Amino acid sequence: MQITELQSVASQVRRDIVRQVHACQSGHPGGSLGCADLLVGLYFDQMNLKSNADGTKPFDMNGIGEDLFFLSNGHISPVLYSVLARSGYFAPAELATFRKLNSRLQGHPTPHEHLEGIRIASGSLGQGMSVAIGAAQAKKLNGDDSMVFVLMGDGEQNEGQVWEAAMYAPHHKVDNLVAIIDFNGQQIDGPTDKVMNNRDLGAKYAAFGWNIMKMNGNDMADVVKVLSEARTFSGSGQPTMIVMTTEMGAGVDFMMGSHKWHGVAPNDEQLAAALAQLPETLGDY
Amino acid sequence: MKKYTFTEKKDTRSGFGAGMQVLGQTNPNVVALCADLIGSLKLDAFINENPERFFQTGIAEANMICIAAGLTIGGKIPFATTFANFGTGRVYDQIRQSVAYSNKNVKIACSHAGLTLGEDGATHQILEDLGMMKMLPGMTVINPCDYNQTKAATIAVAEHVGPVYLRFGRPVVPIFTAPDQEFIIGKAWTVNEGKDVSIFATGHLVWEAILAGEILAEKGIDAEIINIHTIKPLDEEAVLASVRKSGCAVSAEEHQIAGGLGDSIAQVLIKNHLAPLEYVGVNDSFGESGTPAQLMEKYGLNAAAIVEKALKAIARKS
Repeated sequence: MQITELQSVASQVRRDIVRQVHACQSGHPGGSLGCADLLVGLYFDQMNLKSNADGTKPFDMNGIGEDLFFLSNGHISPVLYSVLARSGYFAPAELATFRKLNSRLQGHPTPHEHLEGIRIASGSLGQGMSVAIGAAQAKKLNGDDSMVFVLMGDGEQNEGQVWEAAMYAPHHKVDNLVAIIDFNGQQIDGPTDKVMNNRDLGAKYAAFGWNIMKMNGNDMADVVKVLSEARTFSGSGQPTMIVMTTEMGAGVDFMMGSHKWHGVAPNDEQLAAALAQLPETLGDY
Repeated sequence: MKKYTFTEKKDTRSGFGAGMQVLGQTNPNVVALCADLIGSLKLDAFINENPERFFQTGIAEANMICIAAGLTIGGKIPFATTFANFGTGRVYDQIRQSVAYSNKNVKIACSHAGLTLGEDGATHQILEDLGMMKMLPGMTVINPCDYNQTKAATIAVAEHVGPVYLRFGRPVVPIFTAPDQEFIIGKAWTVNEGKDVSIFATGHLVWEAILAGEILAEKGIDAEIINIHTIKPLDEEAVLASVRKSGCAVSAEEHQIAGGLGDSIAQVLIKNHLAPLEYVGVNDSFGESGTPAQLMEKYGLNAAAIVEKALKAIARKS
């Protein structure tokens, strides 16, 4: 896909995010908006995914012969739900049920409600990279040369389990794995520098034996370029870590530059102000 | 009282290792993970014969549980193994979110459960694992009683689709069940038919229940002994049929009384058929260092304790 087309999809995804969160007056818009470009770049361009003739996508839990994506920081579910719906896993109209009773779109993603595209529950932080490692090792056992991608938060790096996984993946040469950290510098209680300083995440992972890349996660051209290059490290014997710089709330000016919109829903006026900045490109659900 | 004899004692964990060796040869999807306790889990044969299907995680149990969950995505049947303390309590949230809530086909197989771990003491003697695991929706919980039953259970859980907690132990205990037996998950085994009291035992307490049955027989008491190897789903029909006949019950387990097998039986009786129930289990206490036999005696988990509770249950019959 052309960069401009991907940017156009990302605009609709951002509309979907703020509309989902507004409709139920709960959820996490900040990180979702910040990661919209990455998820669009993955699902609409970089991931090899099976497709039906009518453009919808089939879902098979085992995902053999296709790339897999895991969202470890499950609270940014609105961006994942939008991208899954817009890429053909389920009807976009279902986005209207986000966080409501009897919905398949739970506050945090889960396969428990059989939503197409979701393979693991996440929300309790620190677990997704381990899951992705297991899925990547299953691919190797199956002789499947597809890739596994996993996204984590930068605040999530506080969790000890992340570093168990960081140690394991290079030791076992899990080189069909691309992990991405959303480095937006914010977590619930404030800037990551103040809450729990991550210092140089890239240097930490490099010391564990990872191949390190950097990405501007809100520049679609850079997203596509870095993801495309990351794939080439499959077979190198090293897993790849992309430290992705993003702006929390990216695309909506008054949500940017602060941790304030981590888990706050916009009111009616704020919704209107946000939507005015985001062109409706694929049609609202 | 039906006569049970044995010619050999072995640890139940060796039954697990033997089951894994069979699975290594018969089911190419079975894989194993271990957190730096290969020898204790008796995994050497599986690893030697299937090195590419074994994943050493180091001392990192949280990572191990979630890697196991990931391996199921791709059709693998992972057995995540360590000591019961580190494979359940330490990683409860990982099991809850990535295994149980995600409905992943992970087998959490743990040795060194309960007091019979012995001299290492209470830090390692988990007595709450059955309760924690049985509370998780969709989790199957199995605690086999000897080498042969553990081997059969290991092979059976690989065929079962869904998360399983398989619990076994460290000490050598009599082998008294049949070799190459059929293991049916959720189906209780009637060790001895009787009419005066129902003794429901699991794990290492099954052999103690047999010894207790012999002592009770000498007193003219005809005890029914039922092996509940599957704590969840509980064989409620077997429990009810037995207590309807005997009129009272004893539960016996190497676990806290709170939240264990006895509580599951109590629920069935309260809902369906009120009858006296006495518990043999650890009473709201941590363990300590000592030999397995010393600990089982001190904490009231042996044949003598079962006899005492059986007499009490019988006396309470109205």
